[in-house]
Amino acid sequence: MKSINSKLFAVLFVGSSLLFASCDKDETPAATVFYQQADQMARPAINTVFVGTADKDAFNTTTPSAMNAAFQTKFQARLLGLNAGYTTNALGQTAAAFTGLLATDVLNVSTTAPTTFFDGTNVLTGRALADDVIDVELILLFGGPNALTGSPTNPGLISDNVGANDKAFLASFPYLASPF
Amino acid sequence: MKRNKILLTGFIVVAIASAGILVAADHIDAPAVTNQPTDITDLYVFRGQDPNNLVFVANTQGLLSPGMTAAAKFDANTLIEFNIDVNNDNREDLVIQAIYDAGSNRMKVYGPIAPSEVGTRSKIEGNLTVEAGITPYGSAPVIGTSSNGIRAFAGPRDDPFFFDLTAYQRIIAGQATSFPNPGVDAFKGTNVLSIVIEVPKSLLGTVTSNNVNVWVESKKKI
Repeated sequence: MKSINSKLFAVLFVGSSLLFASCDKDETPAATVFYQQADQMARPAINTVFVGTADKDAFNTTTPSAMNAAFQTKFQARLLGLNAGYTTNALGQTAAAFTGLLATDVLNVSTTAPTTFFDGTNVLTGRALADDVIDVELILLFGGPNALTGSPTNPGLISDNVGANDKAFLASFPYLASPF
Repeated sequence: MKRNKILLTGFIVVAIASAGILVAADHIDAPAVTNQPTDITDLYVFRGQDPNNLVFVANTQGLLSPGMTAAAKFDANTLIEFNIDVNNDNREDLVIQAIYDAGSNRMKVYGPIAPSEVGTRSKIEGNLTVEAGITPYGSAPVIGTSSNGIRAFAGPRDDPFFFDLTAYQRIIAGQATSFPNPGVDAFKGTNVLSIVIEVPKSLLGTVTSNNVNVWVESKKKI
């Protein structure tokens, strides 16, 4: 990769030098600087839970529009590895439907509704600071179709019993609590 | 030094030793970014105090102990980019970019703007939108504001993520079959380097079905 990057840089530098040769300015010509992807995320814990060790870096550098084709089958196998008894979840999703949603790792955000990861009624209208996203994911992974109607499949696995942050959030910008 | 200190942090050692599966929102999620300034720990997008605004939060460099936080720095070679898809094809129609300028010790923000190319490579797009001085550890938040209503913050914050990571690791490793109650927040008392950008929704233009798809990327200077 290093040699490819160097070549690319050289090409870009030559290109911009030609461009600036015709300019009558005192500014030092600068090559366009490019940035190459290293990490990405949207929904919490997707890479860490669903992506196998060998694929973790690849997942971080695959654009969302290409993720489903590359990872849905693997996500489904992983889901069934974590919960062999999976049938459907509280949203009525089969393993294929659930992992089809998750494999394209984007955060759906409503531009009109209040924000919640999942509040029992609204699903994925964003992610607020106080949302207990881990419990939501555990419910959908392990809780079965009746997790929210009193009959979860694995009652000991649908909450980590940590329901809030250790510091209160702010009502106004920048919203996050001051550091420890 | 920083990496050594991070590795000495007790529960990370436990996590690595226990299962080899590191679960922490997105903290230390993959080998190439672990303990690097490119490591994104979490993305939040939510309606602001003013409901006409959306707030975009990217947290990076997680698991900072209080003793490590004052020395933690943003990286001038790491671009943090919020990608926004407004027509539900999972391709970015708009980006909001944040890049640290070491000379002025400020976070510079560009966008929201349509990028000149989509995908895994980016360049800084358009003109500077807003900038904010980095808030020092222990100081009141420094907030940058633009004439069109965008606000920006960059600096250390308490990690808002909460999770009984250790219990999860035990379950995955087959050493436990349920979560204890009460659980223990493995992120209690740890900090992150946060970038918070609040944007009027009107700057996102036309949005299909009142839904945008958002993801955050870190990109390294090449």
